[in-house]
Amino acid sequence: MEEAQKYVWEGAIPLQIHLHESEVTTLPTPPPALILAPRIGYLPLLIPQIKPHFSNALPPGSPDTVWFDYNGLPLKWYIPTGVLFDLLCAEPERPWNLTVHFRGYPSNILVPCEGEDSVKWSFINSLKEAAYIINGNCKNVMNMSQPDQVELWRSVLNGNLEAYVRISSKLRLGTVGDEYADGGGQGQVKTGRVPVRLYVWSVSEDFDDLEDAPQIDSWDKISYINRPVEIHGEEGNYFTLQDAVKSILPEYFPNKSSTKEESSRDEDENEQTVPSEEGEKYLSENVDTCYPSDNVEIKLVRIQGIEPKMDIPFSWVVKNLTNPEHYLHICVCLKVPQVL
Amino acid sequence: MGTKEEAQGTLSSTDFGVSASAFILNWNTVCSSFPPWTWVLSHHQVEGYLSLENILLSSTQEEHGELSCPGPGKHSHQEDPIDVDDATLVHTNPCKVHYYDLHIIYCNSYRVPVLYFRAYDSDGEPLEFDEIENDLPAYSKKALSDSKWTFITQEEHPYLNRPWYKLHPCGTSEWMKLLFHADDALAKTGVAIELYLVAWLSVVGHVVGLRIPFEMMKQL
Repeated sequence: MEEAQKYVWEGAIPLQIHLHESEVTTLPTPPPALILAPRIGYLPLLIPQIKPHFSNALPPGSPDTVWFDYNGLPLKWYIPTGVLFDLLCAEPERPWNLTVHFRGYPSNILVPCEGEDSVKWSFINSLKEAAYIINGNCKNVMNMSQPDQVELWRSVLNGNLEAYVRISSKLRLGTVGDEYADGGGQGQVKTGRVPVRLYVWSVSEDFDDLEDAPQIDSWDKISYINRPVEIHGEEGNYFTLQDAVKSILPEYFPNKSSTKEESSRDEDENEQTVPSEEGEKYLSENVDTCYPSDNVEIKLVRIQGIEPKMDIPFSWVVKNLTNPEHYLHICVCLKVPQVL
Repeated sequence: MGTKEEAQGTLSSTDFGVSASAFILNWNTVCSSFPPWTWVLSHHQVEGYLSLENILLSSTQEEHGELSCPGPGKHSHQEDPIDVDDATLVHTNPCKVHYYDLHIIYCNSYRVPVLYFRAYDSDGEPLEFDEIENDLPAYSKKALSDSKWTFITQEEHPYLNRPWYKLHPCGTSEWMKLLFHADDALAKTGVAIELYLVAWLSVVGHVVGLRIPFEMMKQL
């Protein structure tokens, strides 16, 4: 079982990093830097390797915060590198050509980044959130000793799976995935929540080749959905990846069990009633604007660079393909009748 | 809201919508001289959030900042439940006029609402964090200085792909639990959902100087 986790931790994206032309002050133009970026890592962590490569070419004066773009799209630094690659390169580009900037941080678009500290903070925060989702509280993470925290972060920085497993097992963040993976189907029924981050992009036209897939040139074209997958008791035994993805996209795949006319609050955890100014709660909005599931097609699901079969048990995916902060990052391409 | 969730100080996504609905009605009734909170739909018309934008925050010398109506024109002379200091209507220094946008967004992970806000000057230029800090009530400033990483942070807005300021949610359920247990009336009448946001905002609003009139707690 550990094999898959090892592959995930060893996964890396070859990057070819170019200095932005506006910042080149020498002739000839400096050659691009070639870096192997860990999938589970983050772009700002590569700066110590990249900066020396370009320092001679940079204009004088102190640099701003470093940032990256892909085809003009500023890259969100707190998204793991592997996820960015899976999401933005429909047809995987190897090496992946990125542009680095040492000036002009787009602070109206990107959240500020103060180097490794910011990345670490973002990581710990996500870990806390995952802990809360799994256990209903983040005590284990908050109570981590300082040395443990340091070692956990170091293990992620250095891609040291052994060290990571040693520390993270203390956090007791097993999910429903563990119950079923080891018990071989005899698992106890367990209701649980699994931390998932979904990155959804929609297309309205079909394409056969990934090369023909439309380019993502704006983050507005991607729906980021930070919603846990809920697994209820026995159904966990048969819960597939497809079930999981559909369960957190109720707007595209409405729950068949609920009839929208009855306002049953209890069942429909994922639906919200729509308030109006008069305080009326009406649910018709949901019915009208939900696409019937016939017309919506899941075209692509990518996790850790893999496109698993949709009927794979979700528990296996959770057990083996999660990132170190215990989130499962899933890139989904949907074909919908009409793009909003 | 299931008793279990009530006991934990959290609420479901559905209940958030219910509470928001009640909150809007309540606010528009009690705070009629204030601009209304609105419900904004996002994510393909299913998820939504509460929005109050373009609110004036002007700090006087003596008191901590208080959110008030944007300009004398909108201020009514009737008995106003919100204690609007006359001084807030007079902008002696136009440069000190700061506008705030507030969004209340449901967090699926922690199962509580989260306050997102951003601030800008009269030219629409975003404010620097230390300018915002100066606007904040004194007790907020202290909490901020005590812990840089866990109170107000700048993070991406869940829907708008822009950096906004956010109040950290991980302690919310704890103090909401206390709030509900402390109030017998709430426990008995069982209208916890409808009042959840009022109660929540009465605490959270303090951070940005937004006062929730007591009348709102009585509205049912």
